[in-house]
Amino acid sequence: MNAHVDTDAAQAGATRRELVVGTALVSGALLVGCSPADLLAVGAKTEVGAFGPFIRIAADGAVTVFNKHIEFGQGTHAGLAAIVAEELDADWSRVSVEQAPANAKLYANTLMGVQGTGGSTAIPNSWMQLRKAGAAARAMFTAAAAAAWKVPETELTVKDGVVSHAASGKSAGFGELLQAASAITPPSEPKLKSHADFTLIGTDRVRRKDSRAKSTGEARYTQDVKMEGLLTAVVAHAPRFGAKVSGFDDAEARKVAGVVDVIQIPTGVAVVARSTWAALQGRNALKVTWDEAKAEPLGSAEIEAKYAEWAAGKGALPEKLKWETFETRGDAAAAGDGEIFEATYDFPFLAHATMEPMNCVAQVGGKGGVKLTVASQSPTLDQLNTARIAMTLPGSVQIENLFAGGSFGRRANFQSDFVAECVHIAKKVGKGTPVKLVWTREDDMAAGYFRPLTHHRVKVRMDKDGFPAAWTHRVVTQSLMKGSPMAPKGIDTSTVEGAMGSPYLKATPAVDGQVLMPELGVPVLWWRSVGATHTAFVMEHTIDQLARKAGKDPVAYRLALFEKAGANRHIAVLKLAAEKAGWDTPAPAGVTRGVAVHESFGSVVAQIAEVRIVDGVPKVGRVVSAIDCGTAISPDQIAAQVEGGTCYGLSATLHDEMILKAGAVERRNFDTYPVLRNSEAPTVETHILPSTNAPSGVGEPGTPVIGPAVANAVLAATGKATLRLPMIRA
Amino acid sequence: MATSLEINGRTVQVEAAPDTPLLWVLRDEAGLTGSKYGCGVGQCGACTVLADGAPVRSCSLPVSALAGVKITTIEGLGGTHPVQDAWVKLDVPQCGYCQSGQIMSAVALLAGNANPSDADIDAAMDGNICRCGAYQRIRAAIREAAAQSRA
Repeated sequence: MNAHVDTDAAQAGATRRELVVGTALVSGALLVGCSPADLLAVGAKTEVGAFGPFIRIAADGAVTVFNKHIEFGQGTHAGLAAIVAEELDADWSRVSVEQAPANAKLYANTLMGVQGTGGSTAIPNSWMQLRKAGAAARAMFTAAAAAAWKVPETELTVKDGVVSHAASGKSAGFGELLQAASAITPPSEPKLKSHADFTLIGTDRVRRKDSRAKSTGEARYTQDVKMEGLLTAVVAHAPRFGAKVSGFDDAEARKVAGVVDVIQIPTGVAVVARSTWAALQGRNALKVTWDEAKAEPLGSAEIEAKYAEWAAGKGALPEKLKWETFETRGDAAAAGDGEIFEATYDFPFLAHATMEPMNCVAQVGGKGGVKLTVASQSPTLDQLNTARIAMTLPGSVQIENLFAGGSFGRRANFQSDFVAECVHIAKKVGKGTPVKLVWTREDDMAAGYFRPLTHHRVKVRMDKDGFPAAWTHRVVTQSLMKGSPMAPKGIDTSTVEGAMGSPYLKATPAVDGQVLMPELGVPVLWWRSVGATHTAFVMEHTIDQLARKAGKDPVAYRLALFEKAGANRHIAVLKLAAEKAGWDTPAPAGVTRGVAVHESFGSVVAQIAEVRIVDGVPKVGRVVSAIDCGTAISPDQIAAQVEGGTCYGLSATLHDEMILKAGAVERRNFDTYPVLRNSEAPTVETHILPSTNAPSGVGEPGTPVIGPAVANAVLAATGKATLRLPMIRA
Repeated sequence: MATSLEINGRTVQVEAAPDTPLLWVLRDEAGLTGSKYGCGVGQCGACTVLADGAPVRSCSLPVSALAGVKITTIEGLGGTHPVQDAWVKLDVPQCGYCQSGQIMSAVALLAGNANPSDADIDAAMDGNICRCGAYQRIRAAIREAAAQSRA
């Protein structure tokens, strides 16, 4: 337990000093370019056993792997544990997974520097770290056995958690060797297996560890947290982005049975009660008046129109707003003979719409210190934002990390919005009383952090062979990073990734790519596959239209461009998908095929979608996917992510659209915000390209490809391009 | 006020206002958190339970309407129901939050139709949203459970 003084005043005094020191240290560390993780972990009390922060082995030989990442469906419980089990030669059936606590140093994402999950990095950043952890633990067991049996360590083998010496016939399980192995100093550079020696990784034995718990109702989510004395809070939020509380009348709310308090916090007015229903009834009875002077004045239709004007060079830009170049080569504006292709594309704001609306449990002011019980995607950010409110050291904020009912990016943001809201309430309630903040679906949808509304304008001059000779590209979208601690010095590449670096642009002699990043009062955030949610659509749908203009087969046209760009991985996945889909054979009657290929998060995915137009609406049947994600840890979970990612992308292609009117969210539940349902879900086949490269991302790359694949199939059927998503407007 | 409910074969006394939706009584009063809150308006199906064997959205059903009705929640399936086994066998869940509701809808479907067609599955399951997009495996697991039950 962390030492905390008892009275609020004394605590604030003592910890404020610590916080100032801590913040200064962190800033200083950033200035001289060293990792802040050491400093952000100050105050943490994480127990580390003999086998390091990722592995615990019990007296009976059972292995527990600590997952430093969140499990929100992407299968880290399977993949990360399998990496450890492979190098440890553990008995996979006796490997279980626990969520690691928050610790910015011990559990840093090696690609981020602090603890957090995102950018499809859970497996890639853990790959070498967990292999070494597993191999080091294995070496401790072989060293212990060699000493006990007085045999050369090189003669020992390990299989399914049992160390054996063939010549002497001796063998012992991890449990039997545990005490002696625990006393061995782990090697700092243990010998790792070669791919050829893998017996678990890449096999169908790597299956989820949580399916039973998630099929019985036993899996524990934040919404399910029960604690002695737990209070439930709901918050009356501003009706428009940027509005503030100007006053409230809580007389009727306090009369509701079960309501214990009504508290003003920075984001609204919280009703605290003994049950969820009482809190909701209390909020219904609450009267709040809002100061809307600084509220966002625009609706989504006005924003969309403005973006289109700016991209067309019409209308004055707001002060300080200017176009920034993301890719340039040659003179794209130069006159030429070839045919000109021009198109604009529009993409709406999108809600993540996780099945579990955002929520959090926080305890502040008790003897146990500050504690969060929550599905935390970015524990270090959540610690920092909690510490600022609760006046303590970030590292001392404990987080019990739970299963998340989806995230798709929503749970990680620089403000820790819903976590911070809960901490504000828990601080006012005080005394360590656990407070569960519950957001209704309407709260969740209205809170924003949307995929930004985005406009693209593309002009391509084609050469005599029908390939792009000059490519002019304009993107208008809000920055995801501006004003954040992760704000880049140059442009925010998350706004254009996928157009920027595209093999099609690489294959084009003259390129002029620019992005405009206006500021709005609408909070925006990464949404599964981030920039690729729109860039993949624009690039892949444009390419199909160019291929048709050139009279060329869409697959052959792409292969030619990939050849020019030297995009060998793109070529490999496209050929594999085309072969498996039977691209060169006629489609079934009434069906057209569409193809798309896109690289994101280090992986390349090709998809061929079979589409039938039913009552004017595309019905997607079979989808053949090929993915190059480096070494495949769990083929079944890679398939699951491609299947699920495809559905998430298809939902946005067909249905998802967040409408704002004068800075207020219009669509607040699934009745007005339709999403993909079972009868519309395709049957996805996933083919994994064999590879011994390091693993790359899997959670997101399956999402952005289906949209253009479907649009291209519709184009093949109707001759009409899709210039605005979603295809079906509610 | 005290209400008497029959949940998973047991009579349970709960303290709740008569307009309280069954979901919140199950979760906050009866301690059965397997049924999930997703939308509160009967649109997403995460709260699906069986009322006398029929799938209902517990978020939109006041407890006052449930006198004498037999309620079955995910906890009442026992953990190794053929539908649950099929879900595990095919690793259907991803985040898992919607799966209690999906499973209850599937159980109700198979109870009345041992060999559902694709169209039957679509009709029975379209009220249950899965944002992870596990739909393909949900359909396969229903077929798997149906095959196991017939075997």
